[in-house]
Amino acid sequence: MLRTVTAIAALFIAAEGIAAGGGADLEPADIEPGNIASLQRGARNYMNYCSGCHSAQYVRFNTIGKDLELSEEELIDNLMFNAEKTFDTIRAAMPAGDAARWFGQAPPDMSLMARAKGADYIFNFLKSFYLDPDSPTGVDNTVLAGTSMPHVLWELQGYQAAVFEEHHDGDVTTLVFQHFEPVTEGSLDSEDYDEFVRDTVNFLAYIAEPIRSDRRKIGTWVIMYLIVFFVIAVMLKKQIWKDVK
Amino acid sequence: MARIEAEVGKPQGGFMKWIDDRFPFTETMKAHATEYYASKNFNWWYIFGVLATVVLVIQLVTGIFLTMNYKPAAADAFASVEYIMRDVEWGWLIRYMHSTGASFFFIVVYLHMFRAMLYGSYKKPRELIWIIGMMIFFVLMAEGFAGYLLPWGQMSYWGAQVIISLFGAIPGIGEALVEFIRGDYSISDITLNRFFALHVIVLPLALIALVFVHIVALHHVGSNNPDGIEIKEHKGPDGVPLDGVPFHPHHTSKDLVGIIVFLMIFSGVVFFAPEMGGYFLEHANFEPANMTATPEHIAPVWYYTPYYAILRAVPSKLWGFILFAIAVVLPLFLPWLDRCRVRSIRYRGWMYKSALSIFVVTFITLGWLGTQPAEGIYVMGARIFSFLYFMFFLLMPYYTSIDKTKPVPDRVT
Repeated sequence: MLRTVTAIAALFIAAEGIAAGGGADLEPADIEPGNIASLQRGARNYMNYCSGCHSAQYVRFNTIGKDLELSEEELIDNLMFNAEKTFDTIRAAMPAGDAARWFGQAPPDMSLMARAKGADYIFNFLKSFYLDPDSPTGVDNTVLAGTSMPHVLWELQGYQAAVFEEHHDGDVTTLVFQHFEPVTEGSLDSEDYDEFVRDTVNFLAYIAEPIRSDRRKIGTWVIMYLIVFFVIAVMLKKQIWKDVK
Repeated sequence: MARIEAEVGKPQGGFMKWIDDRFPFTETMKAHATEYYASKNFNWWYIFGVLATVVLVIQLVTGIFLTMNYKPAAADAFASVEYIMRDVEWGWLIRYMHSTGASFFFIVVYLHMFRAMLYGSYKKPRELIWIIGMMIFFVLMAEGFAGYLLPWGQMSYWGAQVIISLFGAIPGIGEALVEFIRGDYSISDITLNRFFALHVIVLPLALIALVFVHIVALHHVGSNNPDGIEIKEHKGPDGVPLDGVPFHPHHTSKDLVGIIVFLMIFSGVVFFAPEMGGYFLEHANFEPANMTATPEHIAPVWYYTPYYAILRAVPSKLWGFILFAIAVVLPLFLPWLDRCRVRSIRYRGWMYKSALSIFVVTFITLGWLGTQPAEGIYVMGARIFSFLYFMFFLLMPYYTSIDKTKPVPDRVT
């Protein structure tokens, strides 16, 4: 019976995954939602590198603590830099009004970004900053051209240049992205940087729907209950219909 | 006086008699459950009526709890949905049940309608059941549309923007009508507030009333069956149709099995794939409504897309709207478009069988086309399949009257 349940569950999870990927040529993020250590590292990354500008206004610290198996002390000491109470939500340190003036628009709230754009999108976005002297931030991004976000993780990844190939079609010339070339070294090598981004994206996917792992556990029990109920209902039906020719 | 004295101290027939003297309880139970006879040969196509009722109850009950926590204001709506998802005890389950229920309502209702087309359930004397059913479908479309605005996400906002602006195509009164519906010059807090009123009061009341009348009409003429013959024409000496079994406990016990299977599938979505790959909960709707940023690709939720494809197949906005409206209303006339004397597809000829098969393919393809961008081959496809959609109905009086039929049995098989 457990196998039937798992099979049904796998079918639905597969259905959910199909369209969730989004864009065509995004490298899969391959996050591990069940990996608590990865989520904890992601929370650390988020609070250290992202939360200065990006709020996650629907996400409470105590929810993170409970789901990521962190004690209250660990929460307060490691994650809550500008929050008072453990039931506070993640607020950005930078005032939204100033941010809008400085960057052209306020950095978006991250609570639901992974559900809106997909984990793969954020994973690729964070890996695709390249030097662009024409941009006010000094960088542009191949995933979201013209982004107003600076390359916050430059000291980890280093700076890279993008190599484009010119395509001529009559009078129209288009630039097609080929690959990146490192310009300066970061403190992490390429694999470690991927791992860093993967953990962060894993955390973003978790805060987008904190109940995700619980609902699957509960769902398995619900369907097992329904299977038992189904057997009883079939027996009842047979009993009631036994005289009908 | 004497009579009352005689009755003092004698058993009066108990609590049920007390009730029945004042309210036709036992009588109603008999007429509509224990002595309401429906054909014994119902197949699984006959489950969707009861499933529609189950989904209606799910939507009403979860809707009540959502209303307790949701705030129908542009400034608060999106955040209140996230509050339900994260902070309200079991709020996520209630919300997912409601959002999944919306899609399942349409799945079940479409299959329920298809059953009627398979077995000619709309034919005499059941025309009114069909018409009331179509009215339920119209109200359901409005209910789904109003409800979709409430989470106040990007797709809520822009979907509503596109659909409401359609009314602007009506000559003369169009623009005024659009303003009247929105209550404002754009979709705003005011629109959200009134759509909330429509979604939680006006339309559900209409829905419940129509469902009640639908069942009253059904029980008056009796259910059709897969053979499309009248079981009432062959009654036993006790007046009970020979091929009928009582609704309760026979059909209820059978329906229970179907309901459980349905709940398994429903739970599969609620617990394992509530977004259903972006079809039940669209990705863009996880971003709050932003009237200054139009999403790249606006598509209504999947259950409207067959009609949306027809709308977009026409280059003129007005004619697109007219054809869209006709496409929605056209099935209402099925009882008169269908000239065949035989009800069930089992005894119909190849013409209706082919026409119905093509119609199924057409409807599903239109639904898919409605989710695609309106460009290139998709527009051409939408035109071809829109044409087929209308031809199924418009040519029906012809092909159903010349179609060869097989002899219909006397008793159910």
